[in-house]
Amino acid sequence: MNVSEIDEFIGALLILIGGIISVISATGIIRFPDVYTRAHAATKSTTLGVLLSLVGAFIYIWLTENYISVRLMLGIVFVFITAPVSGHLIIRAAYRSKVNMTEDTVEDELKKVLDNQTEVH
Amino acid sequence: MAFQILLNFLLAVTWMFFESSMELSTFIVGYLLGALVIFFMRRFFSSRFYVYRLFSIIKLMLIFLRELLLSNLAVLKVVLSPKLDIQPGIFAMETRLTSDWEVTLLANLITLTPGTLVVDVSSDNKILYVHAMDIEDAEEAIEDIRSSFEKAIMEVSR
Repeated sequence: MNVSEIDEFIGALLILIGGIISVISATGIIRFPDVYTRAHAATKSTTLGVLLSLVGAFIYIWLTENYISVRLMLGIVFVFITAPVSGHLIIRAAYRSKVNMTEDTVEDELKKVLDNQTEVH
Repeated sequence: MAFQILLNFLLAVTWMFFESSMELSTFIVGYLLGALVIFFMRRFFSSRFYVYRLFSIIKLMLIFLRELLLSNLAVLKVVLSPKLDIQPGIFAMETRLTSDWEVTLLANLITLTPGTLVVDVSSDNKILYVHAMDIEDAEEAIEDIRSSFEKAIMEVSR
């Protein structure tokens, strides 16, 4: 195995791991019982999968073509900044429109707080 | 912090004029010398020497990457286990962070670590409501992670 093959192998391995993680998180979206737990699988593992794929592509292009792709780096940063915010907004909207949860154990504070707010108004 | 960086740039440009060479290597040498000067003059500034803060930002990133990998593995284990015995729930968590960007950063970091998701932030920015995927065994460990994030963010902003 010479050097360029090792380079290709590293990039391909990262992309493969990212793809596997994306598949597993998609499985999680199907298996989990309600919106909130599904959002867990949807926002985070997917982010890691996309991130690993982008890093793999970055390393592959960098080592084989000797070209540092700034756009891939920017893409990584943007995914990292925007994914948690979108997940938070979707979950917040779901909670405010009173989507039910599954067999919850401790669903404390937030419900009380929101009820108090509506009483005050 | 911004003032110190700006001053360092100014010192580097001054060094370029002293050398009368407009090359990148001269700029880098001037920047390092300027950082040295600012380091020795650090007691005249109101905030810390800014390189310390850069170090704490890097430390925060490393902590974050480690937590992201570890907790993603935990979620993958939950997804792939044959029987789904999770107990989701929402718990309230008080934060000591005050300014807006700190709370935003903390909420983003919590959301990106699997197992926890920020549902709401109270209107006075004091309490975060976190949805946890497995609330029973997670809560203490999560509290640990949380304090490490919070501490790292505080170190950055101090």
